[in-house]
Amino acid sequence: MIGLEHYLTVAAALFVIGIFGLFLNRKNVIILLMSIELILLAVNINLVAFSAFLGDLTGQVFTLFVLTVAAAEAAIGLAILVCFFRTRGSIDVEDVNVMKG
Amino acid sequence: MTAADFQAVLPEFILAALAMLGLLVGVYTGKDRTAPAMLWATSAVLVVVGLWIALNGEGSNVAFGGMFIDDAFSRFAKVTILLSAAAVLLMSESYMARRDLLRFEYPILVALAAVGMCVMVSAGDLIALYMGLELQSLALYVIASLRRDSLKSTEAGLKYFILGALSSGLLLYGASLTYGYAGTTLFDGIVAAAADEPPLGLIFGLVFITAGLAFKVSAAPFHMWTPDVYEGSPTPVTAFFATAPKMAAMALFARVVHDAFGGIVSDWQQILAFLSVISMFLGAVAAIGQTNIKRLMAYSSIAHMGYALMGLAAGTAMGVEAMLVYMAIYVTMNIGTFAFILSIERDGRPVTDIAALNQFSRRDPARALAMLVLLFSLAGVPPLVGFFAKYTVLLAAVDAGLAWLAVAGVIASVIGAFYYLRIVYYMYFGEEVEPVDQTAHPVLWGFLMVSAAIMVLGVANLFGIETWAANAAAALVD
Repeated sequence: MIGLEHYLTVAAALFVIGIFGLFLNRKNVIILLMSIELILLAVNINLVAFSAFLGDLTGQVFTLFVLTVAAAEAAIGLAILVCFFRTRGSIDVEDVNVMKG
Repeated sequence: MTAADFQAVLPEFILAALAMLGLLVGVYTGKDRTAPAMLWATSAVLVVVGLWIALNGEGSNVAFGGMFIDDAFSRFAKVTILLSAAAVLLMSESYMARRDLLRFEYPILVALAAVGMCVMVSAGDLIALYMGLELQSLALYVIASLRRDSLKSTEAGLKYFILGALSSGLLLYGASLTYGYAGTTLFDGIVAAAADEPPLGLIFGLVFITAGLAFKVSAAPFHMWTPDVYEGSPTPVTAFFATAPKMAAMALFARVVHDAFGGIVSDWQQILAFLSVISMFLGAVAAIGQTNIKRLMAYSSIAHMGYALMGLAAGTAMGVEAMLVYMAIYVTMNIGTFAFILSIERDGRPVTDIAALNQFSRRDPARALAMLVLLFSLAGVPPLVGFFAKYTVLLAAVDAGLAWLAVAGVIASVIGAFYYLRIVYYMYFGEEVEPVDQTAHPVLWGFLMVSAAIMVLGVANLFGIETWAANAAAALVD
């Protein structure tokens, strides 16, 4: 029987993979965007699992909002990335380094 | 949606509707030719709505089943946010227009960000909190990279976007845990669930939410985006980042820890005290080696967030009052300082190198004196207003039994005074360098002088903001 804890474990694993993807990735910025998406999906699994477990709809409503905002966020992220690519000619994470920090 | 609900969100509704109307006008008419008119109209609307909230608001109104709270606390934050956003918009015009950056989207995005901030400070529910925060953040990501053909600006936007999205993710993960263990997303329900022996999941939720919010206020150790974003963004946008969003995020922080986790003060007090002490020291020490004034202001704002968090860490009504007073004064000082930075040009091109200010007092004594007052105030030198801001915060910390934190704050402010005074040294006693332009745009000149005058004249009674802040704090902390 699959219970709440299984869902929470999967979500926690996805969340951690997403965080590691952001910090360990040295290749390109698209992977960062994918990691961010992974983090948000982990949250959605959490919310839906809790919602089903509690028998309360709020969590699912929250999930719909998160999905919508994630789409808007991806659109803006890609738009900024296109602008960056036009000026820099590359989307390697190592090339995002004009300012140190 | 009943009439009472609608009444509570009317200011936000008006702002959002006008922003969308502006979008239509911009698209269907002259595009960027309408930008200056749109900019003036937007700041006028922001000021009018801000004054309307200040003069008309009364009591505590809870709308949409507890999702939206309109009380003295949110009104204090909203007035500060709207007025500072309007001020920054007015300061932007000449700078943006001369660099061909004045697109009609700019005032609209600022207005939408302001709507998001107003929703944030009024949030009574995790969903409302998230929606407000994202509306603000998405607008800010875009204006950070407003100068599309500049490598620095697009890089700043990209960095801000990645780290901002990460912080939203952390905050959301915390929100999902909080929802699961409290069984509701309403702050009222969360505070009841956390009342005695809170489940471990709730504490985890609290930690993740705190980390997400610490990103937004740029408190160390979550500050790494701040210097790059401040340096890379166009200067008027940097001025905006340093004022209204900081006030909104700090007010949201206070709202979450007091409204949703007010029953477990000892749990978050130690986190906030830790964030506060690290921010103060990092801001003070890391700013010393900076040569770019925008980067320096970034570290300065990290340090200032440390002091504001100190007030919050006190966990009392007095602490919240001190935090609100601090933030209002901080915003005023920063508007003046950025008016000065915006007015520094050499042959019509902006200069952000601190060394360019050498011997500035000889060329323009009035502006140099105003900047001197602002820098002394930022450093917290008595008897200027900035000193009273720090003093009330320290007093609140001592009152709450955090004497060690107050001592650390005093030490950090002494270290921090060094880099503010270094700019003063350059302006008055520096070596001779290639001179900067002597004329300043009248709007910038006006904001600089008014802000400096407030720092001197406010010493008498701080223009009464203490009373408003006390009412606001009383509305938040029972």
